[in-house]
Amino acid sequence: MADSLKIRVLVRPKEGILDPQGEAVRSALPALGFGGVRTVHIGRLIELEVESADEVDAMCRRLLSNPTIEEYEWEVVS
Amino acid sequence: MRIGVTVFPGSNCDRDALHAVELMGADAVELWHGDADLKDVDAVIVPGGFSYGDYLRPGAIARFAEVMAPLEDFARSGGPVLGVCNGFQVLTEAHLLPGALLRNISTKFICDRVRVRVESVETPWTAGCEVGEELTLPVAHNEGNYFADAATLARLEDEERVVLRYLENPNGSANDIAGVCSEGRNVVGIMPHPERVSDPALGSDAGLRILRSVLVGAGV
Repeated sequence: MADSLKIRVLVRPKEGILDPQGEAVRSALPALGFGGVRTVHIGRLIELEVESADEVDAMCRRLLSNPTIEEYEWEVVS
Repeated sequence: MRIGVTVFPGSNCDRDALHAVELMGADAVELWHGDADLKDVDAVIVPGGFSYGDYLRPGAIARFAEVMAPLEDFARSGGPVLGVCNGFQVLTEAHLLPGALLRNISTKFICDRVRVRVESVETPWTAGCEVGEELTLPVAHNEGNYFADAATLARLEDEERVVLRYLENPNGSANDIAGVCSEGRNVVGIMPHPERVSDPALGSDAGLRILRSVLVGAGV
């Protein structure tokens, strides 16, 4: 069996795109007594095990993120 | 006229759409997500629901279903395609329509009736309406907040490609947009559900104003 690589992909709303989830969490934190939270942005962490990292960027562009509204970054974890 | 309705795992307005097509007097054709062809239909409705559980993003997985390949060819060659709600989300994910549908600004699922104004009748799905006509239609969505970048929005307005506009914006959509059409005008995506108000037994048949338009365009 071929060695596999662990890839971690982070997808998040592009800057300036409305993030209602993040805003809802930001406004909930003070209710628990956490002060001083200025912004919260919520994204998505995707972990992959792949035989090769060659196509990870294409996967990110074509399916894992929607480039109209999201940006992504990825790294080889191990 | 033969009108196809796509069925993905998790579609839940497909039956309503097929029923509406029958009420229109057209032949209703189920298009299974695994079908490799469109069974010679003359128009396609991509219905609402939660295709593939809305996993990843609404419409993101459905966009790669087998039936989408012939559907994209059909759309790009000018065939009339209507995406309703999740169907609209599928068509934006497939790049057949510009923009994207974000989470509602309220972060809440909205199930309501809304008033919309028909802004363009230059599409196969509004050809039987009048410009400025107001319709009351159901909406039921969590991601209906239409987004496109400023340049795209300006272009949509310039080219009169906003098809339906909310009178009272329920979800934060840019420019109160409830529906848009493609550059070729044959692909239309709308968040409201015309198929849910297509039979007087449901309390209204206002939705037929939209759905029947495709017959007008075809000269039926």
